[in-house]
Amino acid sequence: MSEANPAAPVVIVGAAMGGLRAAESLRRSGYTGAIRVVGEELHAPYNRPPLSKEVLASDVTHEAVAFPSRAEMGDVEWMLGVRATAVDLDAHTLTTDDGSVQEWRALVIATGLRARRLDFAPIAGRHVVRSLDDAMALRAELTEGARVVVVGSGFLGCELSATARKLGCEVTIVTPSAEPMMRPLGDLVAKEMRRRLTDEGVEIFSGVTVAAINGEAAVESVELSDGRVIEADVVIESVGSHCNIEWLEGTNLDVADGVLADNAMRAVTTDGRALDDVYVVGDIARFPNPMFDNVARRIEHWNIPTDTGKRAGAVLAAHLADDGSFADVVAKPFAPMPSFWSNQFEIKLQAYGLLGLVSDDDIRVLEGDLSDQAAVGYYREGRLVGVLGIGMKAALLPYRKQIAEGGA
Amino acid sequence: MIKIEVDMNQCQHYGQCVFEAPDNFKLNDDDKLEYVAEAPDSERDNIEAAVDVCPMQAIRIVE
Ligand SMILES: Cc1cc2nc3c(=O)[nH]c(=O)nc-3n(C[C@H](O)[C@H](O)[C@H](O)COP(=O)(O)OP(=O)(O)OC[C@H]3O[C@@H](n4cnc5c(N)ncnc54)[C@H](O)[C@@H]3O)c2cc1C
Repeated sequence: MSEANPAAPVVIVGAAMGGLRAAESLRRSGYTGAIRVVGEELHAPYNRPPLSKEVLASDVTHEAVAFPSRAEMGDVEWMLGVRATAVDLDAHTLTTDDGSVQEWRALVIATGLRARRLDFAPIAGRHVVRSLDDAMALRAELTEGARVVVVGSGFLGCELSATARKLGCEVTIVTPSAEPMMRPLGDLVAKEMRRRLTDEGVEIFSGVTVAAINGEAAVESVELSDGRVIEADVVIESVGSHCNIEWLEGTNLDVADGVLADNAMRAVTTDGRALDDVYVVGDIARFPNPMFDNVARRIEHWNIPTDTGKRAGAVLAAHLADDGSFADVVAKPFAPMPSFWSNQFEIKLQAYGLLGLVSDDDIRVLEGDLSDQAAVGYYREGRLVGVLGIGMKAALLPYRKQIAEGGA
Repeated sequence: MIKIEVDMNQCQHYGQCVFEAPDNFKLNDDDKLEYVAEAPDSERDNIEAAVDVCPMQAIRIVE
């Protein structure tokens, strides 16, 4: 392998939350050399969660969701509207869709996810929500009385349903699951969520998939696998995502599910080597978290781009400083607490830990009452690995501590 | 001295800031955020971390 050119910049690919946090962390950790962030979207980094909630319910603008920019970021170079198409880890180069090839001294992979789409003809009225532009396009069609079919009942699908309903739309959820948010929350809580969503006027068709989306130029109806047909003006597809790894094709990185990283967020090759000059952050990173075990997982929660971005920036800065601190920085414990929240109507969910590790028999109410406010515990082999608050917040804090300490 | 501002119209009292800067932020018994608007410069890293982790991006350092 050839040596990287020390005069070349650190290149961060993906100009969203993960990429931003990695750049900030490099600066805060004392790296003063050049940083370039390459991002496909035209917008400077912004916060995605409000795009299915508060901001979608009012005005969708970049200003409403933009991350504040810090003084120390003044000399970071942003190459926006440019997509990475290939990378050569030996030559230390990145190729982009504007035809240019650039050298890098170190690389940060922060390309996140994109929405999966249903495999039907592209007609007007079909939407996904991952980006600001997606949310703007959808917002324009969520007019009062519009008939909206939401396909999928994960957090995102349920949030979009709630927001559309608040805007006066008629909303039907179509989902293969038995209950909404079944996979992340488990049967007990998901049943209660169905009750609450239904009480707010959201119709839920479960155990079915979409067989066809009918309409000439625009959506007219949705045909379900059981033969039912629902008239619709808008279809929102919330059926999962793909990792943006295509530009890494041809490298020897482990991209079986996202990009594998070690606990220092260094990219790991298919033969198990961690690279000191290639890092992975955010939704696309599959990394081990010793808070739970040594299994590498991707975690699509909002705190992860920040935690992994900070970690990658600190480790990379130590590598580039070459002052003997690297081994110590790598050895520092890194066990970020996964956390997420979700707002749907008056339902306020907040969780810590990994709820999805648990089977239905190991979920129990710790405090309160499911039909009102509650704290729910998720146990794996007798250890608390997750806690969910429905309405409750401060009451979760001792459980959060327990999870962090190994759940005993 | 660092001056902190929280937009209480945006704040949803998630309490993520509490872990990062416990000297300045806490959730009271009604699950509402209470905060101290000034912090010594030595707290800057913690306050910046609190700004980063706020789900509503409601916390600001006034420079
Ligand atoms: C609508 C919505 C609501 C959400 N709500 C919540 C919530 O309530 N709670 C929660 O915990 N989490 C929520 N999330 C998840 C959270 O927002 C994500 O975890 C987070 O955005 C991941 O950030 P990231 O930087 O890793 O990746 P992304 O945000 O996916 O950013 C990746 C960036 O890389 C760019 N890119 C991709 N490929 C290339 C390429 N080849 N070259 C250049 N650039 C490229 C993309 O354009 C994108 O800008 C939500 C997500 C969405 C979409």
